Amino acid sequence: MFAGVTAVVAGALLLIGFNIALLLLASVVLSGVAIYSWARVVEGRRKATDRAVTLAVASAFALALAPLVSLLFTVASRGLGRFDAQLFTETMRGVLGEGGGISHAIIGTLIITGVATAASVPIGIMAAIYLHEYGKGRLKRALTFFVDVMTGIPSIVAGLFAYALFVLFFGPGIRLGVMGSVALSLLMIPIVVRSTEEMLRIVPNHLREAAYALGVPKWRTIVKVVLPTSFAGIVSGVMIAVARIIGETAPLLITTGVFSSINTNPFDGRMQNLAVFAYNEYANPGVPNEPYIDRAWAAALTLLLIVMVLFLVARLISARYGVKTR
Amino acid sequence: MTTATANGAKTLQVTDLDIYYGSFHAVKGVTMTMRPNKVTALIGSSGCGKSSFLRSLNRMHELIEGARVEGRVILDDQDIYAADVDAVMVRRQIGMVFQNPNPFPTMSIYDNVAAGLRLNSRKVKKNDLDDLVERSLRGANLWDEVKDRLDRPGSGLSGGQQQRLCIARAIAVEPEVLLMDEPCSALDPVATLAIEDLIGELKKNYTIVIVTHNMQQAARASDFTAFFNLENSGDPGQLVELDRTGKIFSNPENKATEDYVSGRFG
Repeated sequence: MFAGVTAVVAGALLLIGFNIALLLLASVVLSGVAIYSWARVVEGRRKATDRAVTLAVASAFALALAPLVSLLFTVASRGLGRFDAQLFTETMRGVLGEGGGISHAIIGTLIITGVATAASVPIGIMAAIYLHEYGKGRLKRALTFFVDVMTGIPSIVAGLFAYALFVLFFGPGIRLGVMGSVALSLLMIPIVVRSTEEMLRIVPNHLREAAYALGVPKWRTIVKVVLPTSFAGIVSGVMIAVARIIGETAPLLITTGVFSSINTNPFDGRMQNLAVFAYNEYANPGVPNEPYIDRAWAAALTLLLIVMVLFLVARLISARYGVKTR
Repeated sequence: MTTATANGAKTLQVTDLDIYYGSFHAVKGVTMTMRPNKVTALIGSSGCGKSSFLRSLNRMHELIEGARVEGRVILDDQDIYAADVDAVMVRRQIGMVFQNPNPFPTMSIYDNVAAGLRLNSRKVKKNDLDDLVERSLRGANLWDEVKDRLDRPGSGLSGGQQQRLCIARAIAVEPEVLLMDEPCSALDPVATLAIEDLIGELKKNYTIVIVTHNMQQAARASDFTAFFNLENSGDPGQLVELDRTGKIFSNPENKATEDYVSGRFG
């Protein structure tokens, strides 16, 4: 049925100029109309409506998925050009034109994000525990409001704040890996707080009561019953927060700067990271520009793969330590 | 009345107890005694305050914001609402089983029973803990059904088994009184019968107070029955009559009790 409609539409389109997107759209709409009218005659109104709505929902899903698949495909196909061993073993030190690698940027990304995560997760989880388990009244409402406001901070503002903070102590022009971590923490903490709070909210109250009834104090109930029960959800919340900040470019551009060698000390000097690297290669290429553009895509692909690996690890942790029913 | 029995069950004596939620007066002026090694059933229509009353006996009630209690609850000779008494310590002496089975979903059957000790980080030798878990599960008539799968999650059991697991968990901390808040209302008749038989066993060692909506259950499983009622909706609930179960169900003193147990209202 669908194939038939597609063929007809393709024929019609050939007359006015071919376009793949238009072909798909027209085919789906026309076959939808055709299926509905046919089902209406053969099967009756209820079945026809069911088919039409099923088609509409499936199409909406495909429509939502299309940009994602397209993005993954583009990044993979263009990034694979420079996805070689040299990329992961070398740095950009002294490289002009072809060659060079991004090992310094990978290490920088992992360190900056790692420090930001190590700082944000305890603060975020403890804040969420306060808000959900202990907080009440005006203070709780005020804190919830400010967490919401923080969620909406533009990332460049977080970067400027971190920069201004460190300038107070070290003078203008300062660039440190840890400055980037501070900026990213500002973006990460509210996400961790909100997601953890949601997870604590779905821990049923009767589990807390069961622990209290055994003579377990409140703090032990939280540590040993509430947190383990919501562990899987908290881990995925943290992972979403990490994925949100690992690709941040703007705040890192002004806090960690640009650097072409490996720097593993976040408290000493500039530090490169993948997002800023990709941005710089793309925005300020040399002549000829192909090697620079290729490196930018390869860096983007590497970033994507790091996020995917992190999500896989989070899934494994959740499956290993989460709630089991059998 | 305050003599402790050899096996540790204690008398629970309540004097002029009033329960409030904020400005709402939920229960008024209850004075009653729950005897050791006896099962006391609390019956009455919904909203008459019997669950609130039960939860005030081990200070679970004060977990609700704005809830407070006036009056005295004496466990043998210790006032559980005295200023120097910690609610956490009270709950170790007076255990509770809830309406819906609530085993900890992150823990195995074994860990659920050991939870009372483990969560309080009490140092117990592995052998002693094994003995305690077996004794508690036997006490809850569950040992034979789960002895081969102690390491499986407690939430994989059937509803009736889960409820007996919760009873095992409650008696593993060796309380003196066991409170049960409609323990069978989520269970089928066979599982209910198993729990009722268990209650008959448990009273050898504990003082038991049970809230139930099922009058046959009160008649079958309890020694004493207390009837709670409220005069009009919005009024505080009151204790109408407390007597031997046989008398409450055959020849109660109070007209309202007779109407209730004979099914004329409620």
